Amino acid sequence: MAAVHGDVHGHEHDEHHPSGMMRWITTTNHKDIGSMYLWFSFAMFMVGGTLAMGIRAELFQPGIQILEPELFNQFTTLHGLIMVFGAIMPAFVGFANWQVPMMIGAPDMAFARMNNWSFWLLPVAATLLISSFFVPGGAAAGGWTFYPPLSTQGGLGVDLMIFSVHILGASSIMGSINIITTILNMRAPGMTLMKMPMFVWTWLITAYLLVLVMPVLAGVVTMLLTDRHFGTSFFNAAGGGDPVMFQHIFWFFGHPEVYIMILPAFGIVSEIIPTFSRKPLFGYSSMVYATASIAILSCVVWAHHMFTAGMPTVGQLFFMYATMLIAVPTGVKVFNWTATMWRGSMTFETPMLFAIGFIFLFVVGGFSGVICAIVPIDIQVQDTYYVIAHFHYVLVSGALFALFAGVYYWLPKWTGRMYNETLGKAHFWLSMIFFNVTFFVQHFLGLAGMPRRIPDYNIQFADFNMVSSIGAFGFGLTQLLFFYIVINCIRSGEKASQKQWDGATTLEWTHLPTPAPYHSFEKPPIIK
Amino acid sequence: MVENKAATNALMLKKLLIFTVMMFLFGYALVPFYEKFCEVTGINNLLQPDKQSKEIQVDKSRWITIEFDANIQGLPWEFKSMQSSARIHPGEPVTVMYEITNMSDREISAQAIPSYSPRFLDKYLKKFECFCFTKQVLKPKETKQMPVQFVIEPSLPAELQTMTISYTFFELPANSSVIKK
Repeated sequence: MAAVHGDVHGHEHDEHHPSGMMRWITTTNHKDIGSMYLWFSFAMFMVGGTLAMGIRAELFQPGIQILEPELFNQFTTLHGLIMVFGAIMPAFVGFANWQVPMMIGAPDMAFARMNNWSFWLLPVAATLLISSFFVPGGAAAGGWTFYPPLSTQGGLGVDLMIFSVHILGASSIMGSINIITTILNMRAPGMTLMKMPMFVWTWLITAYLLVLVMPVLAGVVTMLLTDRHFGTSFFNAAGGGDPVMFQHIFWFFGHPEVYIMILPAFGIVSEIIPTFSRKPLFGYSSMVYATASIAILSCVVWAHHMFTAGMPTVGQLFFMYATMLIAVPTGVKVFNWTATMWRGSMTFETPMLFAIGFIFLFVVGGFSGVICAIVPIDIQVQDTYYVIAHFHYVLVSGALFALFAGVYYWLPKWTGRMYNETLGKAHFWLSMIFFNVTFFVQHFLGLAGMPRRIPDYNIQFADFNMVSSIGAFGFGLTQLLFFYIVINCIRSGEKASQKQWDGATTLEWTHLPTPAPYHSFEKPPIIK
Repeated sequence: MVENKAATNALMLKKLLIFTVMMFLFGYALVPFYEKFCEVTGINNLLQPDKQSKEIQVDKSRWITIEFDANIQGLPWEFKSMQSSARIHPGEPVTVMYEITNMSDREISAQAIPSYSPRFLDKYLKKFECFCFTKQVLKPKETKQMPVQFVIEPSLPAELQTMTISYTFFELPANSSVIKK
């Protein structure tokens, strides 16, 4: 496929934008904004990771050594909130900013100015959230799901968290409106919906989920705010409200939210597996339908998070079966990835290693998810480390590994330089080993009954906790290696070729030079 | 062509913004929906009186004991039941009087929230009248007596012999409009 350097003239625009700090504050360029999203989420990943190190240091031995219980609870709460809303979600939006316009042959996002806004809301929200550690009473400490009555009773920290969630919600809604409009209206001629790369498809569906449930989250935190300060009693039993209703509304948002964090990961993996297997994606259309079915099903399973909150048996059965049904489209995806690799000419560069690691560990997390879906078992493992292990398998070795895979995969295109392959592989293997050391043992802890969000534990849990903490410290340190690899790549990596991966088929590799010019596809490419 | 694109994008933006606002309102609509759902299915039915039915037969073959408990949570009232327990046959209508007194010098409104032991007693408990269905307002130093009328259905499991009905009064913020009815 001959490269069409349709826009090598693009660099002449580079002169127009302001330099220095103002370039980043005023930029409306999707690549600049994408980079800022990615750096922001990396910074948040470090903050959330530091909190995780604090949690694991406290849990290294039984007894209270480092963190007082109140502070420990603030750490677990903020670790969850920062990782979900500050690290994972913005990172995927960063990928969407960089990749969606290039993959569909659009010059930029549909609403470039709004794009700038939706990014710059994030540092504001993050500042509110992190500064809540330093207000009287400390940060929110009722868990990242901020259930009342704890969240209606907490201090100023809870208010800061509520405002922060409002701003983060506004940012993701703006981001997803932008992504939907870009994908639906800005595709190059000939790029029909069913020709779009899988990553674009998964983001289209994710963006719809975001505009569907983010406003509901905004609503529920507003109710919390008015309960706290304006005398309403949505969740206050004394005023005729119902705290269990909070859980229903929260999880109506919360369950689609977990798919918001995993569907773009599916998309990234669906780009990488075919490239390094040198075969087209197996069952493309079934992948599209599977993604859509997961998204639809995710809206009717929320109460499986609250089997112990009190619910008629009929309700438990419905939510149990609906939840287990999600395993079907997810299974379709896993089989399609495996079938794509089957008899392919596979090579194992770092992106592929992370993608295969993703499939392997995500399936482990998927299985423990099906186990948690079974009501009698869930009643046993509710709020134990089994649940912690389950969702870290899907969010760390799922979403985060896919993000690493995507960074290694597209870094040559973004920077024009190659990362150090040996170090990249070391990053993968160290992450893989330390991740499992950290989280696999937590299954056993949970089955043995160790509760989550408690800074101390019975002596019988001591050995596995020490193992888990050692793994966590190793995993944390390994991520500094990732930072070094990326910096090293940007500064002094070898020059990458236009089509660095010979199995790549999407537009950014076939139609654009490396590094991708500041303005790409000003004249849309023709797709046959 | 370019302006055309901007116009279609703007239209899309408008649609998606309207959708977002609708979903925000939907979040609020879930509140009455939740209450209606609980009312229709009979889950969590705290503020609605049950319908009186003539068909409830009195089961003379056994006796049960109902204990009445009264609590206050952070408000300057006194709250007590005029009798501490009742020994009855299942299916027999019962009326119990409770008394509240405002010990303070200000007008206070409060709401009583019921609680049962064992928890599943609410399946067999039919309440026709209760002070807990509405908020109670007491002037300074005022005392009021209020009835609770109920029936325990004879389908109550035989192994249950003693059960407790408990009420706790919570203070409502001044001019609170939350408690319906």
